[in-house]
Amino acid sequence: MKPIIEIVDKIDTAVVYDELSDAASGGICVFVGTVRDFTNNETVLSLEFESYKTMALKEMGKIANQASAKWPLNKVVIRHAIGLKKVQEAVVVVGVSAAHRTECFEACKFLIDTLKETVPIWKKEVFKNKSVWVSAHP
Amino acid sequence: MEVFLFGIAKDIAGKSTLDLSALEEKPNSVGELIQLMNDSFPEFNKLSSLAVAVNGEYASNDVPLQSNDEIAIIPPVSGG
Repeated sequence: MKPIIEIVDKIDTAVVYDELSDAASGGICVFVGTVRDFTNNETVLSLEFESYKTMALKEMGKIANQASAKWPLNKVVIRHAIGLKKVQEAVVVVGVSAAHRTECFEACKFLIDTLKETVPIWKKEVFKNKSVWVSAHP
Repeated sequence: MEVFLFGIAKDIAGKSTLDLSALEEKPNSVGELIQLMNDSFPEFNKLSSLAVAVNGEYASNDVPLQSNDEIAIIPPVSGG
């Protein structure tokens, strides 16, 4: 099984079902991360993502391999967008298909949780009068 | 010896790459590079964490640096 690992300018959430659909799978789990309009009591106008692309793809591949070693998965997708993203836009989509739902839910959560910890991608929140790199400071 | 900078590290240094080849005392290890960054740009000390990648892999402080390595400063990541 070769996972789909991509960094793209724009995410099309409509394609992921076909990418994960599989005769041997009884279920598909997908998580889509989107831009929220409010954080820390302030209105967010947009998010800006940048990546260290070669390393980010490598780290995303490692996460897919770890998940496949941990759960019996049939298909895996990890796709992240970079650039300027407006409120409600999709910025990340991760998903798996497997024989049963338990491994689908667990693996999908593992993919997004681990991506947030290890993949070299950075997010800047743009507010009306300032912008802030998320998580940069304690 | 060129170092790539991303996210807030790029903002702090004011550029996306740093050329260290002109330095008289080049950092010999990841730990020395982090020390150099903290000394050169005090704002780095205020970050939640600061990691270094060598040839696209996270590297611990004792990893030696060669002049042809691809080196990157990795401030706290925030994808997703």
